[in-house]
Amino acid sequence: MSGAQLIAAALLVPAAGAAGIALAGRWPNLRESVTLATAAALLACVLGLLPAVLAGERPQLAVLEMLPGIALGFRVEPLGMLFALVASSLWIVNSVYSIGYMRGNDEPRQTRFYVCFALALAATMGIAFSANLLTLFLFYEMLTLVTWPLVTHHGDDEARAGGRTYLGFLLGTSIVLLLPAIIATWAFAGTLEFVHGGILRGAGLSNAAVGGLLALYMFGIGKAALLPFHRWLPAAMVAPTPVSALLHAVAVVKAGVFTVVKVIVYVFGVETLAEVRAADWLPTVAGFTIIAASIVALRSDNLKRRLAYSTVSQLSYVVLAASLLTPLSVAAAALHIAAHAVGKITLFFAAGAIYTASHKTEVSQLDGIGRRMPWTMGAFAIGALSLIGIPPAAGFLSKWMMFQGAAAAGHHVALAVLALSTLLNAAYFLPIVHAAFLRQPRAGEAVHGEAPKPMLVALALTAVATLGLPFLAAVPLALARATAGIGP
Amino acid sequence: MTLAHLPALVVVVPLLAAPLAVLLRRSSAAWAIASAACAFSFAAALLLAAEVAAQGPISYHLGSWPPPWGIEYRVDALSAFVLVLVSGIGTLTALYAWRSIAAELPRDQLYLYYAMHCLCVAGLLGMTITGDAFNLFVFMEIASLSSYVLIALGRDRRALLAAYQYLILGTIGATFYVIGVGLLYLATGTLNIADLAERLPQAASPRAVLAALAFITVGVSLKLALFPLHFWLPNAYAYAPSAVTAFLAATATKVSVYVLLRFYFGIFGLQLVTELLPMREILLALSLVAILTASLVALWQADLKRLFAYSSVAQIGYITLGISMASHDGLTAAVVHLFNHGITKGALFLLIGGIALRARGASLECARGLGRSMPLTSLGVVIAGLSLIGVPGTAGFVSKWYLVLGAIEAGSWWLVAFVVATSLIAAAYVWRFVEAAYLSAPGARTPEPGETPATMLVPAWILVAACVGFGLQTSWSVGTAQRAAALLLGGAP
Repeated sequence: MSGAQLIAAALLVPAAGAAGIALAGRWPNLRESVTLATAAALLACVLGLLPAVLAGERPQLAVLEMLPGIALGFRVEPLGMLFALVASSLWIVNSVYSIGYMRGNDEPRQTRFYVCFALALAATMGIAFSANLLTLFLFYEMLTLVTWPLVTHHGDDEARAGGRTYLGFLLGTSIVLLLPAIIATWAFAGTLEFVHGGILRGAGLSNAAVGGLLALYMFGIGKAALLPFHRWLPAAMVAPTPVSALLHAVAVVKAGVFTVVKVIVYVFGVETLAEVRAADWLPTVAGFTIIAASIVALRSDNLKRRLAYSTVSQLSYVVLAASLLTPLSVAAAALHIAAHAVGKITLFFAAGAIYTASHKTEVSQLDGIGRRMPWTMGAFAIGALSLIGIPPAAGFLSKWMMFQGAAAAGHHVALAVLALSTLLNAAYFLPIVHAAFLRQPRAGEAVHGEAPKPMLVALALTAVATLGLPFLAAVPLALARATAGIGP
Repeated sequence: MTLAHLPALVVVVPLLAAPLAVLLRRSSAAWAIASAACAFSFAAALLLAAEVAAQGPISYHLGSWPPPWGIEYRVDALSAFVLVLVSGIGTLTALYAWRSIAAELPRDQLYLYYAMHCLCVAGLLGMTITGDAFNLFVFMEIASLSSYVLIALGRDRRALLAAYQYLILGTIGATFYVIGVGLLYLATGTLNIADLAERLPQAASPRAVLAALAFITVGVSLKLALFPLHFWLPNAYAYAPSAVTAFLAATATKVSVYVLLRFYFGIFGLQLVTELLPMREILLALSLVAILTASLVALWQADLKRLFAYSSVAQIGYITLGISMASHDGLTAAVVHLFNHGITKGALFLLIGGIALRARGASLECARGLGRSMPLTSLGVVIAGLSLIGVPGTAGFVSKWYLVLGAIEAGSWWLVAFVVATSLIAAAYVWRFVEAAYLSAPGARTPEPGETPATMLVPAWILVAACVGFGLQTSWSVGTAQRAAALLLGGAP
């Protein structure tokens, strides 16, 4: 198939899968087979695009005219390729996990769950492959809307409140800040295409205007969860854990930081921003988010909440790295999208496995759980090591590049933030590992074993990927470097 | 031969269908006549729009009397656009009425509905197509009188009061309009719109022109429900039969907006309008208040029809806001929103009509758990609701895009902030429905599981699909609106 056909397939396969899942709703086994088949087909489409992109080609597709002069267009570049690859490959693993989780917990409304999941992946592919800001914005909003039913899955008052916060923050920031930024870009630059080096260079904007526009973008991309617009992410934790794992550790939040990197690299242009010094404030905001969210994570007893705040902090690593505006740090930002994804999904998988097997949700209840669930907690430990940045786990590689980038930029604050946050990461993850393996279980607790098999298989796979990524890093690294304009 | 007479036929066919429906009496025959007449007008409007796009404006002389002595029918980018909207919605609501009206009216009154529907369509189409200011008044009266009857047909006794309110205010509006036209005639000695525009600058008495502008502004503003002249609208929409609400909400106020555009830009000219009276500032202020207050009031409504009626007042505010910018992008926003809001509100009220039919009421209580009992209807309301908010991929987004673009180009960033912030209020009131339908347990008033009848659901979903279609492929809608804006500003035709 040609590149254009593969792009169309990557968008249509999950959408068609959603329809198939809805039709197969009465027969759970058939329905889950449709999910798995769709996920596999999607990965095949995305992999089909990979060789061309690695070879330097940029497959494109334009279909409708959304506004005069702006098409609904797609163009696969390295960063989008990396994001699509991460999301689509983890979807397969997550689907296996979902089957175990949803059945193990006897969740209601499973058909709706799988339908919305498939639609969320379609939206994610749209974001990853979008050729211009308007297309990206269309799928960005679609992703918010199709994940809302997943957040409010339980339908109780807590879910409703969480859903309101989720929608309020994500729709609110995107409509009030991001949309005016996009329209202003159109008014000033006369184009919304993603072009290497940026489209605002010749627009004749003052430095202050560029800075203001950048602020509209950075805070308007609520999915990147910069403080103070991060509250939707902890609120989204009312969702079933597979949703938190794939969507709120990978697809949705990565769509946010992906958009941040896209905007910095392809709308403003790294050189332009560095020249006019319009982004000087951004590392400080990102650094503050990293530290503040880490401290909140440290103080959260609820495991999913701790993971959520850890995600808020990790997302700002990407923003921080991109805002340093050196080629190496931009590559680090791109790579961290992948590295954090595999690590964090493992941690969420473990949290869900713990909940399914023992119905425990708080960190303080986990004493000695490693003896009953050695596989789960072993995977958890690997994920935690990766997020702290200890070799050979995946997180080490991106963090190392970030340190190098910060050093190259001579940004001492960024170096200090990275160092301090590494300590904080260790402080909120290692006690969990310690308690799980080295403390005695409390007396009188119900005895339980491991979670259902599909969940274990899934978390073992992502744990292995976390460890293996540095050794298989050629592809992600090549894509990350190409994003930053280093190498092909 | 017939093709040349299309501008006349577009109005005459529904006009003649009305007495025919009365003569035939049988409800099925009346339905068939009304639907066929509206469908003919729709086809004719599409043909006219295509011809205008290809060859420029069409001038048709009624009875071959040349203007300014005879009555001229004039089709240009703007009027063709409105013709398509009115006749399209008219056709869909006529088809929809088959089941909807039958459930709301006694059998022996059904033909009356169809007759009045045809008259109303003919009146609105006539208002749009005519190039003569007094002829416009005649059609305005045809449309108004028939709409009073249509509203009074509502099952609820309060419909009579609502129709009466509308009758009083509508008559005042039409009277003001005709006084204004009379003053213009006094000042210029002509009634042809193009001729008026030519002669007005040399008018002997600027005071008469000023008075005419004021009278016409107030009169037309009453008809288009510009804040604070909107008080007739919520009651009229809430108590009229469902098909009537949908038709009027999607077309009646829009045609009045069209008349305002014609007079401001086609006759008086931007210069005169802003010189004689600070009309831009007045329109801007009223639009802002309309958007803010009506959106907030909508937020507290317990009845879906009233909720979306107040939302209409707010959305009209967005249209007049675009007009007040008086720039190319502002007018594009106004014209395209006139169309986009028409299809969006039409879809919403058609779907709510389905809920009202199944639940015997349209309060928000009836919507509890509706996502399960009427899945297609609920999904339609959600999609049309997204268009109302202005989510990308829907028609409402396109309007918002041009409105914000116009504000940015005028350099008023506070207006940008206002427009985007108020669309969040729209999100809040649409979300009340979503939470009721999808996150609430069915209540005592929730209908039994079962969809809206197909003859009602299909027209509604055609409009829902249009909401998405005109959000993704906009070359026709925005292209026409841009041509219309250029026309109004006196640029290329």
